[in-house]
Amino acid sequence: RDFNERCAQCSEVNWGLTDGGRFYCRSCHNVTERTREVVNTDFISNTRVQTISNVLRKQEKTDGGCEWYVCEGFQLVLKKQAEALEALGVCPQMKDEILCNFWRCYLQKSKQAYCNRPAGETVKALSVCDSSTDADSELERRSLLHMLSVSESEGDLQTDCSFASSTSKVSESTSLCSGSVDGSLYLMKNQKEKLRMTMPMTLSFCYMALLWLREPMTLSDLLRFVVEGHVPYLNVFQHFPEKMKLCGLDLKIFCVESWPVYEEVYNKMLELAAFLDLPRFPDITDSCFLHPDMLCIKYLMEANLPDELHNWTCRVVKKICVGEVDFLTLVPGNKSTRKVKYDVLAAAVIVVVLKLLFLLDDHYEWLLSEFAEERNKNNKEGGPYFEFKKWYKVIKCSLDVEQKKLDEERAKYLWRCEKPLFYSAKKKSKVLKRRRMVVNLQNQFGKLSGSVQPAEKPNPSSFQLSWYEENTDGSCFHGHSLKGILQEKCGLLTAMNPDYWLCTVKLCTEKLCGHLAHYREVDFPQSYHFVLRLFSFLLRIQPSYIHDEVCVIEHKLFNKKVCKKPKYKTTLRK
Amino acid sequence: SSHEHKLNFKKSKEVCLNYIQDAMLQKQWKRAAEFLTFYIESLEKDFSTAYMGPSEMIWRIGTEILCHHSHSSMKQFNSFIEQMKTLGVKRYLKVCLEHTFHLLCNGLIDEAYQNLSLAESWRFGEQTAIQDKEMKLIQAYRGLLDYYSWSKQKDILLEHGQNGFEDLSVEQEMHSCFRKAAVNLKEIIKIPGVWDLFVKCYVDLLEFYGDHNEACQVLNEYAYNSKFPANPNAHVYLYQFLKRHGESKKSLISALKILHDIVPSHELMIDFNTMLQKSKKRKKRQLGLEVIFAALDYAGWKENVKAWSCLARQVKQIVISEKHLDWIKQEWNSRKDWWPAFHFSRYLAKRNWQENESLSYEKALVAGILLGKDCKYFKYVSHQGCKAQVKRFRILKKFVNKHNPVYLRISG
Repeated sequence: RDFNERCAQCSEVNWGLTDGGRFYCRSCHNVTERTREVVNTDFISNTRVQTISNVLRKQEKTDGGCEWYVCEGFQLVLKKQAEALEALGVCPQMKDEILCNFWRCYLQKSKQAYCNRPAGETVKALSVCDSSTDADSELERRSLLHMLSVSESEGDLQTDCSFASSTSKVSESTSLCSGSVDGSLYLMKNQKEKLRMTMPMTLSFCYMALLWLREPMTLSDLLRFVVEGHVPYLNVFQHFPEKMKLCGLDLKIFCVESWPVYEEVYNKMLELAAFLDLPRFPDITDSCFLHPDMLCIKYLMEANLPDELHNWTCRVVKKICVGEVDFLTLVPGNKSTRKVKYDVLAAAVIVVVLKLLFLLDDHYEWLLSEFAEERNKNNKEGGPYFEFKKWYKVIKCSLDVEQKKLDEERAKYLWRCEKPLFYSAKKKSKVLKRRRMVVNLQNQFGKLSGSVQPAEKPNPSSFQLSWYEENTDGSCFHGHSLKGILQEKCGLLTAMNPDYWLCTVKLCTEKLCGHLAHYREVDFPQSYHFVLRLFSFLLRIQPSYIHDEVCVIEHKLFNKKVCKKPKYKTTLRK
Repeated sequence: SSHEHKLNFKKSKEVCLNYIQDAMLQKQWKRAAEFLTFYIESLEKDFSTAYMGPSEMIWRIGTEILCHHSHSSMKQFNSFIEQMKTLGVKRYLKVCLEHTFHLLCNGLIDEAYQNLSLAESWRFGEQTAIQDKEMKLIQAYRGLLDYYSWSKQKDILLEHGQNGFEDLSVEQEMHSCFRKAAVNLKEIIKIPGVWDLFVKCYVDLLEFYGDHNEACQVLNEYAYNSKFPANPNAHVYLYQFLKRHGESKKSLISALKILHDIVPSHELMIDFNTMLQKSKKRKKRQLGLEVIFAALDYAGWKENVKAWSCLARQVKQIVISEKHLDWIKQEWNSRKDWWPAFHFSRYLAKRNWQENESLSYEKALVAGILLGKDCKYFKYVSHQGCKAQVKRFRILKKFVNKHNPVYLRISG
């Protein structure tokens, strides 16, 4: 191939290939460390157009490793995630077509592959003992070390087990390379303009593909599946092929130490969609799962609320026009439209409806409940009337139990993977020793835990709370009627509650403080907080996100009244 | 409760630690062990500069759990501790020391001794110098165990002596233990601190081998060296030593003086008062009165017959001699507001009379003098006593009646 470097020994350019795939100089039989790139069918699409850089890598490749690039790693991650999603029921199209194409597009746009050699960039890996360093690479190395030592104050595996080691930090870190060819480059250069790939971004890719296909999986569902382990994320690099060795900086790239945050994944997705110059996404119509009318059904069921509430949610949706196709469909790059978080929107709509019907000011809803109770006594035919109090008791009980379980699970989370990682070969023995000790201790105390089996991964399910009408204990409220809290006016059933209170009179400017409203539990009624807490649990996001959305909806709903500018309190007459 | 949705490694381990702590506080050892298994992996990320890092946490928590868990054995504990020793060089000696304590608490004295010897021979570059304090402690405790062996040998020897045996090997063993113990014990008590047990043992050794001078010096150092923290026990030991060796009253009194200052409620105050009362020096006698009044300020002495009898005797003696009533006045001045309710209430009069006649007798005498014959306490007790036709009460009644004017002078 085009290996044009001069031989180190005889300065000739006369190369051949050994059996092991290494180049050797035909003149002096000097064997180099350069290997011909192995076309590996393990990688999905291995069409690297670039040639390999021509810097000698002095790091031993005796462990049978091969050269690999960071984006290849990410490719594998995406592949695994797509497979998992397919196993969860997502259509195969996602993996084979959509995600693939998105990824290729990304690689192209970020000039990592599928294009000619990126302008003026030579992929330079840091060598171990660079005796012939020039000023530039020295500078690079120093900045790299600085970054390492700063960010590795948590990542340095120096423990007090590393006895009296007089090796200075500098020389220690110079041996920190990466298993990948461009790991160091990846972390060093400011790649903001090119949207550098990160682990959370893999989820953005997935979600984007799901959205394109309008799959019945919201972002909160996806993230929940990730945390529950159904979609690989934490320690996914374990599944890299043997030959792809991870060490040093690769760990910074591929090792996650925190769960993905909704906002982060969502915003990255938008950025990505714009970066890839994607066109308008497929329409979200009212028959789509992501449409608020549909999602409301799901959430109402999960929240054990009467089906009749659905009429109300649809009315609200219609009134504030959030059910429009143009509103719901994603148009990348369009900065003027506010982007829709389908799950949060649906949850917020339900909250608003509850406020409309029950006021949720810590007084009225209980009064209303008593009233409904009274009416229920005389109610012989048809289903029972919905009583807020009963619902509250049931839900609170379940919610507390589930929340407690969730909290304990979080405390018991195991982050480490089976495969121990080392930053450098030097640390390997220490790391392994420690790993052995950890395993021993875990066993020892595990035995003392009693007969507690490690929790099996819960079966993936779209619903976290289920309620069955068949239960005779009356704990299912789906079929309950709202008649108990409605009244007839002019032949129509309207809410008895005439009042409403706004969560906030004025919305903040998102650009200034990042939020539209600021939620503090103490400032709001407990019932309101309870309802937020419920959906916050179901969606695994902070209550304040839902609160923000509620504020927006309210402002749309009461737009005329709000803009009227009379100086009055925040309670309104509908 | 805030449900933090942002979860990362650090946070999740913090939360885990909270669960462990809760479980331990509620003595749910199985649950604590369960959560500990999930915490343990933070060892692999143990480079925190936090005050207490994961390895120390695990050592301490693990120890607690293994101590209390019903299914854990000594063997398990030992293997756990050995692992902990390798975890942190900076903590090595501390872990050894605590391991030793644990072994001692479980009666495994030989193992404890081995452990200490092993630790003593540990060397680790500059760490050895840094952990100097722990090393000294280790040596001191080994000295203590040597003393213990010595003591055992001594007992064997004495027993054999009684039976007419002579055991040279035991004797030699004993002397060698003595030498080892003495060296280490002497070293540790040089350092300012509280070394009660070590001092006692060392003094015991010295006394046995007849080195009274050294023993006296050691005890004096321990009690009077200002670098050492104020320690009532030091004075007690000195006093006991002096008493054992028949020292003069003067030196005994001076030994107890500081004890009175530090701990006026100490049980030796009775001895102190007794000695002081008998003194020829006026100042000493006055001090005696001071001492006994001060002791009875404390609730623990309320029902102590001996103490009351000391006070009664001295008060009686003063009243009869009619000299130094001002001493009583001075002592009573600061107490007349609260002692009546504290010691001489009618309720107490009844109770004392019912439970302890001697107590009520002594107290009645004091009350009668200090509060006059019309005070509740005296009236009740003397009435009861006379009713029961106990002779001494009649005498008491007469005595107090006779000296009633004294009360007026005191209370004025």
